[in-house]
Amino acid sequence: MRVALFVTCLVDLLRPSIGFAAIKLLENAGCTVEVAATQTCCGQPAYNGGDRAAAIALARKTIAEFEHCQRDQGCAYLVTPSGSCADQIRNAYPALLADDPAWQSRAEHLAARAYELTDFLVTVLHVESVPGDFAGSVSYHDSCSGLRGLGIREQPRALLALVPGLTLREMPAAEECCGFGGAFSIKFGAISAAIAEKKCVNARLAAADALVGGDLGCLLNIEGKLRRMGDRHTRVLHVAEVLAGVSTADATPN
Amino acid sequence: MQQQSMFFKARATATLADVGLQANLRQAKGKFVDSRAQAVADYDRENEGDFEALRLAGEAIRKRVVDDLDSWLEVFEERATARGASVLWARDGQEICDLVLDIARTHGVQKVIKSKSMLSEEAGLNQALEAAGVRPVETDLGEYILQIAGNEPPSHIIAPVMHKNVDQVADLFARTHGTPRQTAIPALTREARAVLREHFVSAEMGISGANFLIAETGSAALVTNEGNGRMVSSLPKVHVVITGIEKIVPTLADFATLMRLLPRSATGQVISNYVSLLTGKARGSAEESTTAATDATDATDGPEHVYFILVDNGRVGLLGSEFQSMLACIRCGACLNHCPVYQTIGGHAYGWVYPGPMGSVLTPLLRGVEKALDLPQASTLCQQCSVVCPVRIPLPELLRKLRERQTRAGLRPRGERLAWRLWAWLAARPGCYDLATRAALRYLNWLAGGRERIEVLGIAPGWSAGRDFPAPQGKTFRQLYRQQTKPR
Repeated sequence: MRVALFVTCLVDLLRPSIGFAAIKLLENAGCTVEVAATQTCCGQPAYNGGDRAAAIALARKTIAEFEHCQRDQGCAYLVTPSGSCADQIRNAYPALLADDPAWQSRAEHLAARAYELTDFLVTVLHVESVPGDFAGSVSYHDSCSGLRGLGIREQPRALLALVPGLTLREMPAAEECCGFGGAFSIKFGAISAAIAEKKCVNARLAAADALVGGDLGCLLNIEGKLRRMGDRHTRVLHVAEVLAGVSTADATPN
Repeated sequence: MQQQSMFFKARATATLADVGLQANLRQAKGKFVDSRAQAVADYDRENEGDFEALRLAGEAIRKRVVDDLDSWLEVFEERATARGASVLWARDGQEICDLVLDIARTHGVQKVIKSKSMLSEEAGLNQALEAAGVRPVETDLGEYILQIAGNEPPSHIIAPVMHKNVDQVADLFARTHGTPRQTAIPALTREARAVLREHFVSAEMGISGANFLIAETGSAALVTNEGNGRMVSSLPKVHVVITGIEKIVPTLADFATLMRLLPRSATGQVISNYVSLLTGKARGSAEESTTAATDATDATDGPEHVYFILVDNGRVGLLGSEFQSMLACIRCGACLNHCPVYQTIGGHAYGWVYPGPMGSVLTPLLRGVEKALDLPQASTLCQQCSVVCPVRIPLPELLRKLRERQTRAGLRPRGERLAWRLWAWLAARPGCYDLATRAALRYLNWLAGGRERIEVLGIAPGWSAGRDFPAPQGKTFRQLYRQQTKPR
């Protein structure tokens, strides 16, 4: 099966290891992965920022890119290591393009084929083993868009349960927002950081070696706050990095 | 009420350093969130997982009313009038005050006892009454505390004094009542009751809000936990109900459905301690024939004069707009209780009557988008509010639409608009975007200087004032991917 990987703008810029981990996981499950060289951002920041025109323009761009991958390379699905981008593509694109019947049906076509990575691995590929191993315990933070927009809760946990050596230690209130909220984290930095602090206090109650999540935005926020609080040892990892086994020295420069 | 929403950011930031407030917020969050979760779980267990079906039913009832609001209001007016009540209409807060003062003058009222009414907060009614020489006395314990604390505004729509703790109330009571300071909550409640009892029996007029107006019977429904609503609406000879025009439900059966949702969503109660239905004035009251009063089948208690003041105050503007679903709100407070932002800053920062997600939607719509610029932005859009809303209002979507409205109206700061435009321009042009991300990375790599984290992020000081920024790995995914897939 051929799948198109949507890397996401944050992963591209800040943590490419997540993109490579996603490729490794998909290839390990028997997929051939295509990456459209022209991809940039799904447009969610513009959508949430109130710039509907920019959000529509980027939705059309992403839709056209996938159609290209489908036509020329035979990609059946679009997979992305982010609940937030997957939520945008699946739920926001059809709504954004609802006034234009031709574009709306193209948006629906993509929405039906767009998956968050862990959801895809579990729901579509039914994977029963993953390449990674992890000696230690992790807690899992449920990111808002994946959880409440797409209903992703069990999928990452089911996959983490397949990792040899890994113990899942749930933190209290794992489903509560970490305070990131995209541009919110900069516009209302003090409030955002105060919410992040609550998340970090809960994360540390789990006393796990690492906090794992499925969205880089939240992970940057949580890691940034943990470090500012003086926690130098709790690692903050993307679920793809853990599952693919790229979570050791090659993932974060020490 | 004086609107302060433009000072949101400064007020919100100040609350973060308020140790006492933060402790109160933590305690309240635990109470509300856990209680609701338990109530929903219990309901699901007893009804085979049907709380979601109940929410759908609640949404349908409210939608049916709001879609046809004018007709339902006419039905209500006719039925309420037939039961001897007077139905009056107010366009805004000023008209509320004028009508109430007229009624007070007509009946020679010197003292008014009040049960909770958010519309009276919208109108600043207490100040208007005082200015006209009529003494208002709040009888909801929370509202009473706020009144004797110098007319503080409420910080939560159902727990108005949530921002104060027992010690603060103990001090306030001792100072105001001239009594020995006591800190046990039952003792404080008894003390307030003794003070309020005097007012209950001496006031000539009662004012309450209404949780619902029932069109079928022309009744107002009051949902309270303290019983003060029942005293306010039955002891004085004149009773005035002030409520928004959107509070209608068609039938008593619909009311019953919504009452399965409201207390569970608000406080996690199966039912509130008191549920009162006020229908018309006392039969056999003074003006009617004296024989009627001896008719045992007719209720002879209750007020002799009942007025409904039904208020627009901006609500009509939502009808037929993309924000119409906001009129379905039943004011349970669940969206406040579950909002990470509200949990962190409390209600006062929002600057008007309604805080939290529902307030961030309502305040700009009722008061003007340009007068509450921060409110629609002050949300992480985590969607938890729409998950717990008993009538399924898509609050995150409404907040986003308000952001779009701000953008269309050119109300966002110039720097922000330019940044968006530049970013959108680049994101649509992969070649330029590639160069821009590499330049951004060079900047971030320079800031990191080989360390794992950036402590001062020059382009986004809002971020790094309260947390570090994890250092990037060094190259973009595209760069690395190109290198990797380049034919050797």
